[in-house]
Amino acid sequence: MIRTPLRPLARILEARQKGENPDAIERENTRIRHEQMRDSSRQRAEGRLLVLGVFFFCAFAVVGARMGVMATTDPTEPRAAAPGSVISATRADIVDRNGNLLATNFETHALYAQPHHMIDPERAAKKLMKVFPDLDEERLIRDFTGKRKFLWIRKKISPEQMQAVHEIGEPGLLFAPRDMRLYPNGTLAAHIMGGASFGKEGVHGAEVIGVAGVEKYFDTYLRDPANGNKPLELSLDMTVQAASERILYGGMKLMNAKGATSVLMDIHTGEVISAVSLPSFDPNDRPHVAVKGDASDSPLFNRSVQGVYELGSVFKIFAAAQAIDLGLVNADTVIDTSGPMKVGGFKIGEFNGKNYGKQSVTGIIVHSSNRGSGRLALQIGSERQQAFLKSLGFFEPTPFEIVEASGGQPLLPKRWEELSSVTISYGHGLSSSPMHLAAGYAAIANGGLKVLPTLVKQNGPKMGERLMSERAAADARMMLRKVVTEGTASFGEVPGYHVGGKTGTADKPGPRGGYLEDKVINTFASIFPITDPKYVLILTLDEPVETSGEKPRRTAGWTAVPVAAEMIRRIAPLLGLRPTVEPDSVAGITLSSSN
Amino acid sequence: MRAVLYVLTTLSVIGLAFWAYRENYATQKALSDTDGLRHEIREAHSRLAVLRAEWAYLNRPDRLRDLAEMNFDRLGLLPLHPDQFGAIDQVGYPPLPEFPLFEITQGVDVSTMEASE
Repeated sequence: MIRTPLRPLARILEARQKGENPDAIERENTRIRHEQMRDSSRQRAEGRLLVLGVFFFCAFAVVGARMGVMATTDPTEPRAAAPGSVISATRADIVDRNGNLLATNFETHALYAQPHHMIDPERAAKKLMKVFPDLDEERLIRDFTGKRKFLWIRKKISPEQMQAVHEIGEPGLLFAPRDMRLYPNGTLAAHIMGGASFGKEGVHGAEVIGVAGVEKYFDTYLRDPANGNKPLELSLDMTVQAASERILYGGMKLMNAKGATSVLMDIHTGEVISAVSLPSFDPNDRPHVAVKGDASDSPLFNRSVQGVYELGSVFKIFAAAQAIDLGLVNADTVIDTSGPMKVGGFKIGEFNGKNYGKQSVTGIIVHSSNRGSGRLALQIGSERQQAFLKSLGFFEPTPFEIVEASGGQPLLPKRWEELSSVTISYGHGLSSSPMHLAAGYAAIANGGLKVLPTLVKQNGPKMGERLMSERAAADARMMLRKVVTEGTASFGEVPGYHVGGKTGTADKPGPRGGYLEDKVINTFASIFPITDPKYVLILTLDEPVETSGEKPRRTAGWTAVPVAAEMIRRIAPLLGLRPTVEPDSVAGITLSSSN
Repeated sequence: MRAVLYVLTTLSVIGLAFWAYRENYATQKALSDTDGLRHEIREAHSRLAVLRAEWAYLNRPDRLRDLAEMNFDRLGLLPLHPDQFGAIDQVGYPPLPEFPLFEITQGVDVSTMEASE
């Protein structure tokens, strides 16, 4: 580049001759040079802006084009990438604690029709009638020849029916793949399983949704594609459940009961090993919900969690345990149970108007004295009784993992007066479900620690807060054992398993208040083996009557207890419990003198 | 010198083009093989699910109980009873086998067979 000098000598000399100021020339040249510099730097800046602009335009164009492509093409699975985790589109299986299948999926097909593709609609309708005799032929012909372009004919068809429809050879009859929920064991644990049905339905598939029981409670888990190969492990034991159902069914028929339920619970983990409610149903073909009549008459009614009734004398042990825990009495303290006893203007009587006279606390439990447990409740006081029953879980629905459990809200007295305290101490005035009772008895069985009933397999003891002292729980267990050896539950003895338990006979409330004549709920709440407690079994019969004697018998000792004993005899070996000889008290050495 | 450079460049371009062509086809073949395998795996999974469901159905407690009752003459199966527990020293262990077990020599892999076969 040729630089123009700021003070060209020729012009300076010329200007000096003319007497002009030569500095003006220099200023002029400086100005021109500055203008040139400014122009060139502007040009460079404009160029850079252009490049940057083009770059951004291209970048946004690429992003936009990619989004457009993604939005307009059908989604495809990545073909080359190795699958990281197994993602399954099917609902997860449900298995029992030993891995036996309780619920799985089965591929089947749905049948639908596209009448505008049909060649001979009337023939197709006639042939379809032969495959599915329960269809309405006139309606089919009307649908096939009418304006409809699409209709479902069957939601699930068997492979044989599918082949038969194939053989009709009608191009307008089409199949849609369906994943069907299958319960291979039929009615086994029906109330726990609940059932499933189809949600949104399409030609390529349908979503399976849980409608009741554990299927609904864990619906989100079961539907999560990431859990497709991780089955839901329940705490149930299929073998024990099957044996319990069979024995309970037999017992229900033998005792002429209209319903029955049993809950078997592990006292350390809270795992429910079996939960039966009869009458039952088949979850593969779930019946419709009854719209009229008593809900408890429907087979769908789950008595173990929804059957909220006053359970009767089984509650007495809570009063005794609490009184011992508070140090008010011990197992041998004598209490006068003779009448008359009046609380809040009401007379408290005994079963069949008996009078047990002076009894120890153990005697009150063994003879099931209402007045005795009432006197214990009066000593405890209503506040402490409420707090204790609340801590045992009798104030709210159990956290058992099926949807129906949240409906098992216990019924409490509106005002907890002295009379309520007394009646609740022998199980009247507070309604709860057998599942609540199982949790309460588990606390006594495990030495006074709170456990919550659960349906999910646990990997260790789940001990909660302490509700009563070890000693109070041990004394209560001793009393429960005596109920079987000397008291009202003498039929409950199972050789080798040392059952301890308490019977309960409660009148059924009528639909319009008051109690029904000759209609009772019989309950046997048991712990076995009492020497080293492992399980709690609650067995309840609804409206039983034992007719082998001269007069019909309706007490739990004659109905629920023998059934529970038979159940323990059958399921204890299945649970791996070995029969043992009950450790007797150490033989006292009698010192005798020779003279 | 320059001509040699041109020839070498052209040859390398042809070589690379041929390599890219082959790689392309190899990739497509690998992808379609993967698809085929995926399909097989899917089929096998669904077959497995059906077999598991059938197994569970055939082993349902109701059926086993009925079978035990029907074959009572031959098997004499009864529900487990408390007095059937024994001590470990009551168990008579079978004598050790006199003959060595035969080794499997001509095993047939059945895991990849189709169900219809």
